[in-house]
Amino acid sequence: MIITRRSTLALGLAAGLGLTMGLANNATAGWEPKKPVQFVVMAGKGGGADKAVRLMQAIIAKDKLSNVPFTPINKPGGTGAEALIHLKGKKGDNHTIMFTLNSFYTTPLRQPALGVNIEEFTPIMRMAEDTFCLWVHSDRKDINSVDDFVKAAKAKGKGWIMAGTGKASEDNLLTDFLNSAYGLEMKYVPYKGGGKVAKELAGKNADSTVNNPSEQLGFYEAGTTKPLACFTPERIALFKDSPTFKELGQDFVYFMQRTVVGAPGMDPEAVKYYQDLFNKVFTSEAWQTYRKKKALQGDALSGDALMAYWKNERDVHKAMLMKMGAIK
Amino acid sequence: MTVRTAEFLMASVMTIASGYLMWKSAELPIGWIPDEGPGGGFWPFWLSALMLISCIGILVNWFRKSTAISRSEEPFFAPGVFTEVGMVALALIVTVALFNGIGVAGFGGIGVYGALPLFLLFYLKFVGRHSWVLTIACMVIIPVVTFLFFEIALKITLPKGITEELFYPLYRILL
Amino acid sequence: MGEIINLLLDGFTIAFQPLNLGLILIGCTIGLFIGAMPGLGSVNGVAILLPLTFLVPPTGAIMFLAAIYYGAMYGGAISSIMLGIPGASTAVATTFDGRPLAKQGMADKALTAAAVASFVGGTISVVLFTFFAPPLAHVALVFGAPEEFSLMMLAFATFVGLGGDDIWKTLFSIAIGLVLAAVGLDIVSGEPRLVFGGITGFMHGINFLVLAIGIYGIGEMLWTIEEHTKAGGKSMLSEATITWQRTVANLKELLGTWKTALMGSFLGYFVGILPAAGATPGSLMAYGIGKQISAKPDDFGKGAVDGVVAPEAANNAASTGSMLPMLTLGIPGSPTTAILLGGMVIWGLEPGPRLFTDHKEFVWGLIASLYAANFFAVILNILFIPAFIWVLKLPFTILAPIIFILCLIGGYAPTQDLHDVWLMLLFGIVGYLMRKLDYPLAPAVLAIVLGPLAEPALRQSLLISSGDMSIFFTRPYSGPIMIAALILLFLPVLQILIRRIRGSRQSPASSDDTPGSEWQG
Repeated sequence: MIITRRSTLALGLAAGLGLTMGLANNATAGWEPKKPVQFVVMAGKGGGADKAVRLMQAIIAKDKLSNVPFTPINKPGGTGAEALIHLKGKKGDNHTIMFTLNSFYTTPLRQPALGVNIEEFTPIMRMAEDTFCLWVHSDRKDINSVDDFVKAAKAKGKGWIMAGTGKASEDNLLTDFLNSAYGLEMKYVPYKGGGKVAKELAGKNADSTVNNPSEQLGFYEAGTTKPLACFTPERIALFKDSPTFKELGQDFVYFMQRTVVGAPGMDPEAVKYYQDLFNKVFTSEAWQTYRKKKALQGDALSGDALMAYWKNERDVHKAMLMKMGAIK
Repeated sequence: MTVRTAEFLMASVMTIASGYLMWKSAELPIGWIPDEGPGGGFWPFWLSALMLISCIGILVNWFRKSTAISRSEEPFFAPGVFTEVGMVALALIVTVALFNGIGVAGFGGIGVYGALPLFLLFYLKFVGRHSWVLTIACMVIIPVVTFLFFEIALKITLPKGITEELFYPLYRILL
Repeated sequence: MGEIINLLLDGFTIAFQPLNLGLILIGCTIGLFIGAMPGLGSVNGVAILLPLTFLVPPTGAIMFLAAIYYGAMYGGAISSIMLGIPGASTAVATTFDGRPLAKQGMADKALTAAAVASFVGGTISVVLFTFFAPPLAHVALVFGAPEEFSLMMLAFATFVGLGGDDIWKTLFSIAIGLVLAAVGLDIVSGEPRLVFGGITGFMHGINFLVLAIGIYGIGEMLWTIEEHTKAGGKSMLSEATITWQRTVANLKELLGTWKTALMGSFLGYFVGILPAAGATPGSLMAYGIGKQISAKPDDFGKGAVDGVVAPEAANNAASTGSMLPMLTLGIPGSPTTAILLGGMVIWGLEPGPRLFTDHKEFVWGLIASLYAANFFAVILNILFIPAFIWVLKLPFTILAPIIFILCLIGGYAPTQDLHDVWLMLLFGIVGYLMRKLDYPLAPAVLAIVLGPLAEPALRQSLLISSGDMSIFFTRPYSGPIMIAALILLFLPVLQILIRRIRGSRQSPASSDDTPGSEWQG
């Protein structure tokens, strides 16, 4: 009865006063969410981004950092296009945030018809940057360095299979870089998700991959796969013996952002709330352990600095995609 | 309308739909790309073509009257069925439209908890002809159980339209 | 062997600690109810309760989540049988015979059969899991795209005989299911496909549940309303009664299905361990093969107990099976295992080849808990049958709006996008009209489940082989599977030809009505 009466009441209110939604959200200092916060994931269930979101959700719940639950919802459609459009449509909404990857830059660049301008979104906090390495199967005793790799891949020409996570994805960009930097013709085969890609290498259905360390870690520890070199500025602590491409004379580093972004036009009070919240998440022991175990890099970054980082990264990706021929 | 007419109409509509899907699929390459195998439109295009062929097969059968359905001159809807089924189908459409509005005249919808009691009222009172006591009991209990089960227990937020703010105090108490 | 048994006994001492046992029991109950809701599956339960598990130690937490997973597998059959709506893709095949049984007033028999078959499937697979995990993990590892495609062909092939009498309508149904499956993103080229002018809701593709709840939920209910009206308001959703004598008789009859149950369990387990396949193809293949090895194949689809036993044994076996690649390779075989995997990572347990050696206590505790979860789930399931039967006895005009509401919310829950609810209504209404015209719709639902698995596998294989089809025949696992699939596919055609040549008698129902008889003659 309560609910029906309230609904009727609301109808009357709306008719009489016009749409007054959101007014109550403004003003008052010390903003707090009034309903469950929708935490959009730009990728499918079980991927790296999804796992990170569920970890953050768990940290928020466990340490009671918020008075409402954060509910993750996966919107992987159109390589993140669905999620971007969804967030764009939530203009002025203080209860929708999103966890993004690099498709945050590449998807709007590749699909201008979406009309998404990432500068409109509200920067909240970069939680980490994931790293990439070049991997081969450990049974390839003949391949122990990038030079060996180049020799073997050249010999096989177009028959060399590089597995990755989708067309024009991070993996594809890195494959293209390797192809052009070393004069290779590796064939790129897209799979659904980094875990699947890692398994294709371990099962010898692919010759090489450019997985995140977290995706290959299980196989690496079991001695099934090995990293040849990493796309980081400095060596990754977990793989002390693998050089960086920088050391090998290639002026090239590449990261995947793991960033929390808010709906466009979010109230400054709400932005501050989320920044404080995710700062607490960032400094929590659970998140720091996770970063260490997954070989994640990149410090916490928020506000204008984060926006500047986005603009810079977008330009970098634009240049890469143009070189690749994916955009004009 | 007889079953035979309905068969013809359905097959014709599906023929058009198949053609449309073929046309849409052809936005991506539908052929065999050397060294790569089929292009992105290959799978939907040729399967839409199979739909089209099947529809033509159904239409040929219709002309030749070679299936029981294509011979049947029975009415497609038995007396009373169209009203009954049509009414329920319409009620479902209206219910979903009321969830969050459909972008008409800026109306934001009355939410699941406004629309469900109305749907229950319609079904229990006007279709089922149950007593007022039962109807009202269901109109209250079912939405409340829905709220507790889906929103509180399973944390699935359902659309609320303009009734959204009314739920803030409930969240404060229950979450 | 002895070592394994010792480890397992250690596992039992962990699983039988009061806290863990309690968690398993609660998990099974939650799973059973979530699984019984159309549109909600174990994935909802596991995802939502994941954060809660931080209150208990990791081993207890994973046992809790695994119990939900298990309970939901049992529960999935309940909505398939009672309402004819498969709550998850794994339970599609259960509707084929479970629903007719319920309509004939034997819902209790179908529910008992589903529970017992699930128990058999679950238990056999846990035993297989206990003793043969590492070697099978190797098979899962080398299984690549060509093998996946061959397996999908095999799944399709076991279903050749499923369609209706009209060949064109059956073909249409398969084709439309496969086309709908292609909506969304083309994974190989990365381009959006069939999004109809960039409608955002189509970008995530058409979820199997949208079509299944549309056709089996909304469409089936509209159909029942029609029958209800024709019968002057007397028809019921399902006639159902339950007594002790009936239950005992049901259990006795179930003894006769042991062969089907065994076949389903083994098949389900082996298909389930393959990454990406999961429980759905396993249960579908078990149904198809169950029909082919049955002494009375014509009863399938009309209420054969074997038709419930085969898919239910298989889907539970497969759900255990799909834990294998998750634990040993870190590859989830289903969305639910994906979230379990996420949970393990959060608890600091890295799934992968070393898990079995580094975290023995955890792994064996989990395996032992699966034995316990199976036991609890079957008991709970059977105890709840009278309650389910009672629900079915409610007047149709009270039950109908509740089911409609469940369908609407069930269609909304997975993606939380109203677009999917609209699409579901459309499929429901068109499906209802098609059903009146004798279009078989089950093939469309199967196609939308298998299509998204088959197409990328085909394209990836051909990319690897540079467009050479022989890749499906030359690899050690793919070759035999593909050949078996082709034999099964062409078997009916061969049989028809042989019969035609011999000019022997044909069943009169299908001979004059099928265009095939004229077209091929």
